[in-house]
Amino acid sequence: MLDITTLHYLVVAAALFVLGVIGVLTRRNVVIVLMSIELILNAVNLNLVAFSRMWGNLHGQVFSIFIVVDAAAEAAVGLGILIAFFRNKETINVDEIDLLKW
Amino acid sequence: MLQALHSFIGHDAPGGTPGQANNQLWALIYVLIIFAGVSVAVMAMNWLERKALAHFQVRLGPMRVGPHGLLQPIADAVKLLIKEDIIPDEADAFVFWIAPLIGLLAAFTVYTVVPFGPSQAVSDMNIGILFMLGVSSLAVLGIVMAGWASNSHYPLIGALRSSAQMVSYEVAMGLAVISAILMTSLHGLGLYGVSSQSDGTGTLSMIGIVQAQQEQHVWFLFKFFPLGLIAFVIFAIAMVAETNRAPFDLPEAESELTAGFHTEYSGLRWSLFMLAEYAAMIAVSAIAVTLWLGGWLRPFPNLLSGPTWDFIFALFPGLTFLGLGAVAFLGTARMPKHPYFKIQTIGLAGFGVVLAGIGVLLLAVPIAAKVSNQDFLNRSTLALMNVYWFVLKVALFMYLYIWYRATWPRYRFDQLMKVGWKVMLPISLGVLIVTAIVGVIL
Amino acid sequence: MTPVATPLFFYMLSGIAILGGLLVITRRNAVHSALALIVTLLAVAGLYLMLYAPFVAGVQIIVYAGGIMVLFLFVIMLVNLERTVKQRQFNRIWPVGLVASCALLALFLSVYEKGKSLFEGRPVPTLTEASNTQQVGVLLYGNAGQIGPYTFAFEIASLLLLVAILGAVIMAKKRI
Repeated sequence: MLDITTLHYLVVAAALFVLGVIGVLTRRNVVIVLMSIELILNAVNLNLVAFSRMWGNLHGQVFSIFIVVDAAAEAAVGLGILIAFFRNKETINVDEIDLLKW
Repeated sequence: MLQALHSFIGHDAPGGTPGQANNQLWALIYVLIIFAGVSVAVMAMNWLERKALAHFQVRLGPMRVGPHGLLQPIADAVKLLIKEDIIPDEADAFVFWIAPLIGLLAAFTVYTVVPFGPSQAVSDMNIGILFMLGVSSLAVLGIVMAGWASNSHYPLIGALRSSAQMVSYEVAMGLAVISAILMTSLHGLGLYGVSSQSDGTGTLSMIGIVQAQQEQHVWFLFKFFPLGLIAFVIFAIAMVAETNRAPFDLPEAESELTAGFHTEYSGLRWSLFMLAEYAAMIAVSAIAVTLWLGGWLRPFPNLLSGPTWDFIFALFPGLTFLGLGAVAFLGTARMPKHPYFKIQTIGLAGFGVVLAGIGVLLLAVPIAAKVSNQDFLNRSTLALMNVYWFVLKVALFMYLYIWYRATWPRYRFDQLMKVGWKVMLPISLGVLIVTAIVGVIL
Repeated sequence: MTPVATPLFFYMLSGIAILGGLLVITRRNAVHSALALIVTLLAVAGLYLMLYAPFVAGVQIIVYAGGIMVLFLFVIMLVNLERTVKQRQFNRIWPVGLVASCALLALFLSVYEKGKSLFEGRPVPTLTEASNTQQVGVLLYGNAGQIGPYTFAFEIASLLLLVAILGAVIMAKKRI
């Protein structure tokens, strides 16, 4: 317990990942769903950086930088879509965003 | 104990900064000294701003509280502390409470990497400049939350405008910083010198940047003239916008938005915002001084080198304080002779005596070092000089801030955003590209 | 530089990160969730520093905590409705989501337990912290006239950001 190995970091990342998945599956507020997606991406980043430390090269860190760039782009576009939808329907409930439902 | 003191006070302590030497006690002592120093600097800045603005506007400013208003900051602090703490009714109490703390946290954490000398910093992180840029960008969060938590439309609009402005000028700031970092990898001497053996390794650490300027014998302000100058001017303008100061202070201007995002804050909470604003001003000025103005280096360390010139420049701190004491004595002589002013005259004379005493003490150190040539005194002289020149350059920037506020009208918000995105960003990109090309060609 | 009190900092930072994650998914008010997410992001940046990745930690603070979270807070303020705070916060079928996520966590932990032997006995390589940024730069940009292994991906990432800027601006415009 006192010697911090790679496995410790992987467990923390798994916990963050599962918390993000719970947020995506159960919350009704779209903004909080998007924030849970950011939690998931952070968990993946932590995994990558932990493995990069284990193997001793920096490929994991470079890949995690790309994931951060990706998350920024996705957050921007996702929130843009949310704003456009909010202007149309005045709601941010996932259950009420069902215009394409048959 | 004395040995420990000896090894840590002074130029080039063994093992570097307390952060590098893993010395928690000295790191804590440095943190406390910096905290106390910044607080005193903020109070002095408060007084100087009111007096200087007043003199710019041909009036006198605070004159009553102490001699020439010297105790005005203390009176202000006491007033703010005893004011009633008002929280708006529908406001979110937790976010309302935490917003000034985030601004304060962001402003003060930056001082971890500010270098006062080659080993006088709390910790010399390898990503020093990246850390400073990142932490100073956390201040935006405090402002956004302050505006939102106040549950009132003036603070909300002020907070949105202020955060949009800060985020826009952060981009230009970052690009200007990068073009200064590019210059650290050149290893050549002089204005346009690029060494042929330069392997393209620069550094992001603050102490490394100043040491690169020392090695290249030129401040980055003058390197690749005029590229360094343009990058410096972009950073200087962006840092004024970043700290919400005139002429970019529309979000908190009184005539426009009734004090913007801190309208609903009163008493101690408002003073936390002001403390955070002044501390952020000093921090970004410290970045500008470190990156372009040579940090702690004295003027002309290579052109006017040698022990005599070192000794002459080492006398500057003491002479500065003696000069300030002389100004205080001059003020005492010009005080009206009415018995109402007796206390103020005595107070000003006492203040002059204190300043002159500090000046004499600071003169004694280099003179004793020259006479006895003891190692501790030599290193203390060097450390004193480093800290003095750094603080002098930062003080120059502080005076410039006040000068800008007195002189220029404020930008309208759409003009502000236009300048930020359409003028500053292309120019800073251009400077970056040209610096990189010149660095490769030469 | 020898690390100091590593287990203490690890447990403190990971505890703060997980607590922040819990607060993100359970708060009624979206602004409180955003604040908790900022705390989580800063704690994860601290974990990166412990993993000898200072550049990634700096990028995390500048981009994630200083950029993306400001964007989230702006949008929360724009779409803030009074009635969302008083409505039901969780789905009607939230037990199903919870059970599925717990199953996922159990899967992860069993995989780690089975593969535990892969992580032991490996000598921890000494990464020099001094040139971390430079090595990342070499991987991204290339060295001595050659392009690096990730240069192409770097250029495509910049195109991705351009597309994202255009997309966000067009999506949020009132009239195209």
